[in-house]
Amino acid sequence: MAVPAVRSFLQVAATEEVASPLRVVQIEGLAILKIIKHCKEFSPALVTGQLLGLDVGTVLEVTNCFPFPIREEDEENEAEGANYQLEMMKCLREVNVDNNTVGWYQSTLLGSFQTVELIETFMNYQENIRRCVCIIYDPSRSSQGVLALKALKLSDSFMDLYRNHNFTGEKLREKNLSWVDIFEEIPIKVSNSALVSAFMTELEADTPVTQCDYDRLQLSTNPFMERNMEFLIECMDDLSMEQQKFQFYYRSLSRQQAQQQAWLQKRRAENAARKTAGEEPLPEEDPSNPIFKPVPEPSRLDSFLITNQVSNYCNQINGVAGQNFSRLYLMKALHEN
Amino acid sequence: MAASEHTVLQFTPSSASLSARVHPLVIFNICDCYVRRPDQAERVIGTLLGSVSSDGTVEIRNSYAVPHNESSDQVALDIEYHHNMLASHQKVNPKEVIVGWYSTGLGVTGGSALIHEFYSREVPNPVHLTVDTGFRNGQGTIKAYVSFILSLGDRHLAAQFQEIPLDLFDIVKTRTIDKLPNDLEGMEASMERLLALIDDVYKYVDNVVDGHVDPDNSIGRFLSETVSTLPKLSPSALDKLVNNSLQDNLLLLYLSSITRTQLSLAEKLNTAAQIL
Repeated sequence: MAVPAVRSFLQVAATEEVASPLRVVQIEGLAILKIIKHCKEFSPALVTGQLLGLDVGTVLEVTNCFPFPIREEDEENEAEGANYQLEMMKCLREVNVDNNTVGWYQSTLLGSFQTVELIETFMNYQENIRRCVCIIYDPSRSSQGVLALKALKLSDSFMDLYRNHNFTGEKLREKNLSWVDIFEEIPIKVSNSALVSAFMTELEADTPVTQCDYDRLQLSTNPFMERNMEFLIECMDDLSMEQQKFQFYYRSLSRQQAQQQAWLQKRRAENAARKTAGEEPLPEEDPSNPIFKPVPEPSRLDSFLITNQVSNYCNQINGVAGQNFSRLYLMKALHEN
Repeated sequence: MAASEHTVLQFTPSSASLSARVHPLVIFNICDCYVRRPDQAERVIGTLLGSVSSDGTVEIRNSYAVPHNESSDQVALDIEYHHNMLASHQKVNPKEVIVGWYSTGLGVTGGSALIHEFYSREVPNPVHLTVDTGFRNGQGTIKAYVSFILSLGDRHLAAQFQEIPLDLFDIVKTRTIDKLPNDLEGMEASMERLLALIDDVYKYVDNVVDGHVDPDNSIGRFLSETVSTLPKLSPSALDKLVNNSLQDNLLLLYLSSITRTQLSLAEKLNTAAQIL
């Protein structure tokens, strides 16, 4: 009978812990309600808040959260904001709430949340916490009857690239990174303590009439679609501007190369002439010549983000249009009776 | 003739009929705090935040727990913590003010009167909410109380807690669900439920017509009202409406698909372009 090899303590301590990938975000009903309430109260202004919870294996549990006050763009308020955070965490610690920051949440308007600030906030958080997640809540979409809650995380490869500020086409092709790979969406699971479930079953209205989610059967989605289209069009404008930037860059690059070639030819001809005259050949490169100055390549980050936003809008439009179809057919069937 | 002392028990109810509405978040919060309470504490006490509307309805929107120590005859509340949390909450939402306090457990105890007095110093006429987490009556009872002063002449006799009607805001059902339903699944679920409702109504009407069930006039009137709210459109007009909306939606779908194709094209162009 083979005896399993016993690893010494030193060996176990020496093996590096491999972080298991994050698969599910488990949120408590309490945290969701708080997020919804905070975002709805201040809609259409965009608000943020902090998430607290535990990091357990492949599951990131979010057990509580608290909102951030809306800050004006003041220099002095930064210290105030930090103070507020510390104060809240201290107070919550006293009532035995999990004191771990696991991320933050923010509200958004029709899904226009992919900005550079989001990425920067992610990087800031990532320095301190091993795993953090950002929850996005869209109150305008929730009025359509869908709980528009998403958990986002930056993909690792993107984070490496961003840290090195390398966004050239070469690097991206190397890593095979496209705009889909920036954000990773993680599925959300809702859980509740037994006490809360007991109360909920208690407080549920007995008649099934009020249980139907009537919001979903609303026919008037036109304003929502209109706004979506408007945002989409704006984003397409931004995207085309980015495209133009790239075109300009390529054109100037090729022009510069043509100039370089021409200059090189001249030099070579000169050198040939000098050789016949018996003089020293001039160097073939001249770094002081302005045509050799490398043209800076525009960062692709913006275009990636815009592409993400556009695809988001498209997805939303698709979803709502699909729902509209079902609703219209339902209405038609009802009228035929 | 000396004016005789009136030994009339004066009972001064509040002038406006007070009622309270509770946001389900508060219930969740209280349950969560109860589950997390320190081992030696039997119940949890905390502050209620919200607003008072003009007709006297108290809307309870938020809450936070306050650590306290309770022994048989004494209750000590961490007042500094209470003020700190209040300041923090007001930074986020200055409209939420203290409207009362809550405690878990059924009924109102002696210690509660002291705490209620403390809160009445902060706010005139605070509301006391009790949430029975022990399910002593076989169900979770949530009650709200307001205190009235019973005075005899000049002497303050006792504070009587009188229950006020309590209303719960729209309950958002978030029981344990594995996955938040995406658009189409949710749609399907809603339509199924609607279908079930309509079936029930059909069955009821059939039963009444057959004479199995006594007809209820109010239900009948309600049904006829509902049916009459369907707009009276000629079939051709309805068809035109439906077709127009269908075409609009198809157009939007087409546009978004084109946009997506454009995106993938643009991406190929951007990253695949080789220099030299």
